[in-house]
Amino acid sequence: MTTPTTDATTAPAAERRSWLRDHSELGVCVLLLALGVLVLTDALTMDVDIAQRGPVGPTTVPIVVGGGLLVVAALLAVDVLRGGRGQAETGEDVDLSEPADWRTVLLLTGVFLGTAVLIEPLGFPVAGALLFWGAAYALGSRSIDRDPLIAAVLSLVTYAVFNNLLGVPLPGGPLMGVL
Amino acid sequence: MNALNSLMDGFGTALTPLNLLWAAVGVLLGTAIGVLPGIGPAMAVALLLPVTYGLDPIGAFIMFAGIYYGAMFGGSTTSILLNTPGESAAVVAAMEGNPMAKSGRGAQALAAAAIGHFAGGMVGTILLVALAPTVADLAVDIGAPDYFAIMVLAFIAVTSVLGSSRVRGLASLLIGLTIGLVGLDQMTGQQRLTFGSLQLADGVDVVIVAVGLFAIGEALWVAAHLRRRPPEPIPVGRPWLGRADLRRTWKSWARGPFIGFPFGAIPAGGAEIPTFLSYVTEKRLSKHKDEWGKGAIEGVAGPESAASASAAGTLVSMLTLGLPTTAVAAVMLAAFQQYGIQPGPLLFEREPDLVWGLIASLFVGMVLLLALNLPLAPVWAKLLRIPRPYLYAGILFFAAVGAYAVGGEVIDLVILLIIGLIGFGMRRYGLPVLPAVIGVILGPAAEQQLRRALQISDGSVTGLVDTPFSVTVYAVVVLLLAWPLVRRALPRKGSGT
Repeated sequence: MTTPTTDATTAPAAERRSWLRDHSELGVCVLLLALGVLVLTDALTMDVDIAQRGPVGPTTVPIVVGGGLLVVAALLAVDVLRGGRGQAETGEDVDLSEPADWRTVLLLTGVFLGTAVLIEPLGFPVAGALLFWGAAYALGSRSIDRDPLIAAVLSLVTYAVFNNLLGVPLPGGPLMGVL
Repeated sequence: MNALNSLMDGFGTALTPLNLLWAAVGVLLGTAIGVLPGIGPAMAVALLLPVTYGLDPIGAFIMFAGIYYGAMFGGSTTSILLNTPGESAAVVAAMEGNPMAKSGRGAQALAAAAIGHFAGGMVGTILLVALAPTVADLAVDIGAPDYFAIMVLAFIAVTSVLGSSRVRGLASLLIGLTIGLVGLDQMTGQQRLTFGSLQLADGVDVVIVAVGLFAIGEALWVAAHLRRRPPEPIPVGRPWLGRADLRRTWKSWARGPFIGFPFGAIPAGGAEIPTFLSYVTEKRLSKHKDEWGKGAIEGVAGPESAASASAAGTLVSMLTLGLPTTAVAAVMLAAFQQYGIQPGPLLFEREPDLVWGLIASLFVGMVLLLALNLPLAPVWAKLLRIPRPYLYAGILFFAAVGAYAVGGEVIDLVILLIIGLIGFGMRRYGLPVLPAVIGVILGPAAEQQLRRALQISDGSVTGLVDTPFSVTVYAVVVLLLAWPLVRRALPRKGSGT
């Protein structure tokens, strides 16, 4: 049942979606606005009666920064609506001609969070190796023998350098307890 | 010659076996990082900030300076052989260097670049020796209002000179200042933006911010847009120069430093502008105008010499005023803070061993770099073939190590990831990263100096401008702010005639 009315409603919807995609930078303005409100709220609800030293208290700079964030959010919104666009960063390995690969970014974020969870129970050598292997996998490396080997060596050497040479303690975990 | 005596003492410090080792580690890492796509010197120094927990300051700064200079050398190798420069300072090197490599003169291009870096670095460092103590003497009496003025200059310069959009630079700066606010107020102990969390009361460590924005943000950004097929480097032999080439390049090598050094010392975006200026100058003076665009060797020699000299200029303002003019200088400033050392005029009095050891090690590093880069350039070029998954997985790995080493807290890894995602978003929407980093590093210090200055003047705002030094600095700030208006007015005049 394709009636002209459904066409008429989907077309503006699609149009609105593409408008939003073109103006997704407005999301940055919203975030800046939210951040500004947060900073201002925190500053204005602060209890400043106790021992203020000097004419400028602990709230002055936050109020200036928070106010600045609101102003910049507004200015940026004006700029975006007038057609201004932030230029995405380029680089040797960056190919901007293709759309962003969100799957890889999500996978990497997950792998990184997994490392944060595992680092204390498993120790750094194991968690670090899993981080490297997982990240390399997410980025498209599929070598079943080479990837884990490099990950394990890198992680163990880093552990030894930091823990034993530089004197920066990292958790050894059960594996180091056995060795 | 007081400076010469101090420099000799500095060589005494720099030539101890351990410090020589750190210089060698620095230049090796620096060259590798410069060659490797995707890692800049700022990210490398940020990733190495955790070593400040286990290393003495002299060794650490000798290594960091080696990385800074080494990355300049290595960066031009990538530009010449790949033509996809990552570091902004190396963009110009690709313009003539890559056509040279394509037409089989890659070896000459690499040699012109390496010797150019050596010449520029040497002249620049000699200028640093000659000028830095003088600047430090002039500025030795500066107090709270002057420090505040310098920091305002850093904020304004970094937002209005760098990048194409001032609003976006300002947004980035404010994000950084906000992160810098988190924690206990230094003067009253008030909790700010901590939301009752004990972890946040200590503030967000500058190491985590630098690593998050430079390393995690970059790795995620590249991951989202990774080239399916990395570009193939042009194969090249051992760098060398014939007599005809030498005759063409020596003047360019000699001119470069005098363009690069002053631009490095002022907050004007590091090596980007002087390399371009040098390129234009060489083009105008060249006797071989027909070769430009197809591989004129002067177009490699001059800009590369200017680039290294600008690095020396950057060190002048960082060491004598505590004013960071590039991303690397900003991260090095963070390292100074880790050690509780305040860079500035008093640094030369309080830490002569550190400053002069560092400066002397620059000369040592330069010689090491020339020896490493001239004969070994083809070996370094092999680094361009590194599988990209390993490269970016490695960056994430070392970022995690660095953040965890700060305090052994899992929460730091989560904060690191959040800041990394902010860095990702900033890259997506063209917010420059440097203002945010400068905001985090200098924000808290600027607030403290501001409040101290106003305490002295009993709240009167005139207390901020009651020294000739601060008035001069604010005049520069006004000039920077007014510059786009002036520039907008100029071409209109030109088009009218």
